[in-house]
This record gives sequence, C-alpha cells and structure tokens, in this order.
Amino acid sequence: MKNSLLNYTIHLADNAHILGHRLGEWCGHGPILEQDIAMTNISLDLIGQARSLYQYAAEIEGRGRTEDDIAYLRDAWDFRNVLLVEQPNGDFGKTMVRQFLFDAYNFLFYKELKNSNDQQLAAIAEKSLKEVTYHQRFSSEWVIRLGDGTEVSHEKVQNALNDLWMYTGELFVMNDFEKDMTNNGTGVDLEKLKPLWQEKVDYILKTATLAKPQNDWMQSGGKTGRHSEHLGFILAEMQFMQKTYPGQVW
Amino acid sequence: MKNNWPLWEVFIRSKQGLHHKHAGSLHAADAQMAIENARDVYTRRNEGISIWVVESDKITASKPEENPELFEPAADKIYRHPTFYDMPDEVKHM
Repeated sequence: MKNSLLNYTIHLADNAHILGHRLGEWCGHGPILEQDIAMTNISLDLIGQARSLYQYAAEIEGRGRTEDDIAYLRDAWDFRNVLLVEQPNGDFGKTMVRQFLFDAYNFLFYKELKNSNDQQLAAIAEKSLKEVTYHQRFSSEWVIRLGDGTEVSHEKVQNALNDLWMYTGELFVMNDFEKDMTNNGTGVDLEKLKPLWQEKVDYILKTATLAKPQNDWMQSGGKTGRHSEHLGFILAEMQFMQKTYPGQVW
Repeated sequence: MKNNWPLWEVFIRSKQGLHHKHAGSLHAADAQMAIENARDVYTRRNEGISIWVVESDKITASKPEENPELFEPAADKIYRHPTFYDMPDEVKHM
C-alpha cells in the first residue's frame, strides 16, 4: 500500500513536472510578450505543484532521497506521467489544446483529491486547485478564441485536437496503484470524472466551433512507464546539469 | 506574428492602496484578455487585489503644449496650500 501511495504521488508530480517543463520551453518564444509570461506563469505553478508532490514522495519513500533526486535522477521508464503532457508544444494553438485537455481533467481531479483521506495530498490539492482553476479558464478561452477565430486558426487547432485526442483516454484508465488508492479512500475515482470531463470538453469544443474527433482508439502507457520518444528528449535537456555535474547546486 | 491588437492601460489596486494606480500597458484583443494579461504581467508578485483596464485610445489626455495655461497659474497661489496653520503634533500624514 505504501508503494501504491508512492507511485500515485510520483505520478501526479510527474504530470505537473513534465507539463511545466513543456510550457517552460515557450519562455522567450511566446507569440507575444503577454502570452509568453502567461505560459511561464502556468509553468511555474505546475513546477511548484510538482515540488510539493516530490517532497511528499521522498518522505513516503523514506530512503533519504530528496525531491531533486526523484525529479532529476530517474530515467524515462520510471516516469509515471500521462502521455498527453509530454507531447511536443507544436504551435501556440496546439499548446493551448493540450493544456485545455489536461486542465479540464486536472481541475476535476484536484477538486476530488481535496477530499482525500491523506491529509498531505488533500492539502496540496486544495492549494493547487486555485491555480488550476485559472489555468483551465485561460486555456479554455484560448481554445474558443482560436477555434472560433480565423479560418487558419480554426484549422490549426482542429488539427491539434485531432492529433492529441488519442492521448486523452489514458487520463481515465486506472492502473493498479490508482485502484489501490481509490479503494482505500486516498485517490480519485477516475471513472467518475470521465463524464464530467466529457461534458466540459464537449461544451468548450462546441463553443469553439470545433469538431470532436471521432476516433476511439486511445494510446496509453505513460502511467506504467511506457512513454513516447518525446520524454527521452525532455529528460535529456531537463536532467543535463544533474547528470553531468552530479550534486551541483546553485 | 503581426500584432495588431489594441493597446490597453492597466490600473491595479494594491492590498494597502485605496486607489487603482496606473501600472503600465499591454496588448490584448479584448477587455477579457486584457484583464487576464494584466493578471499575468502585473500581479504575479502579489501586487494587486483589483484590476481595471481601459483601451488606451479611450483616454483623453491633456496636451503638453497646454501646460502653461493649465498648470502654471496654480504655481504662485501658495495660499491654496494649508501651510499657514500650525499643525498639532498628533496629526500625522499631512
């Protein structure tokens, strides 16, 4: 059970960390200054959430590893993030679609996790929920603006949506550690979130005049460490310093 | 990307402040986006509890060349300042 709690916490931390890193890649490259700052703000929110979760994971594990060890000294197969968050940024529209699909999930998730019988996770959820509420508002509005924008913006976000859709199924597939955590009252029952997520996504896509992709085939594997090739490239960059100069500090 | 969004002026009311103060300007497609951009650009270090935005071209400003007739006549009317009273020490912040 302790192992499931550890995996569960690392899974949540990895989601936040990898998505935070992806958004951080926009730093200095945003379409305009204001959106550049907005994306890095969200990135920092997510990295902050990841820190709290990694710290907790280190504590659960109790083997003297620190948050940094867990974040920077594991390899791809030990990461438990969903495949959606490691997908490349693409253009701004694609980043917003990815963000929206995840935010809509993350918002519902933290809202439930607030009621966890694990006080630490409940507290992290409570704090994170305020941030994620804003993230969802931000990314929803951009999906609407771009979807219901020009012909070009509509086409770009529709294509992005079609590309990313197959990574949304995994959000709701419960793995062993998630089942364990749900059964003992710590984790969130993802089955219950699914219809709420669909409702939200349907509403935003409709408002954005976007067509919901019809393909039902869903790719999964991230939660059990089977990642797309993209994660390796992320880690190569993200972990470079710690792997080249072990123990390096600021 | 060509940026042809209008310019907005941002006013932030700080935690201690009674008034909204001009914080700066930014680009946004509409008022809602301007509020959100202002939130990210001007309040991320915990500066504010309220935001106003107004399109820059909706502001009518006085012209610098009119400064003589607008402002200079006030310069030599020192009797408009309450400087001829002895203020009790107990009165602060005057």
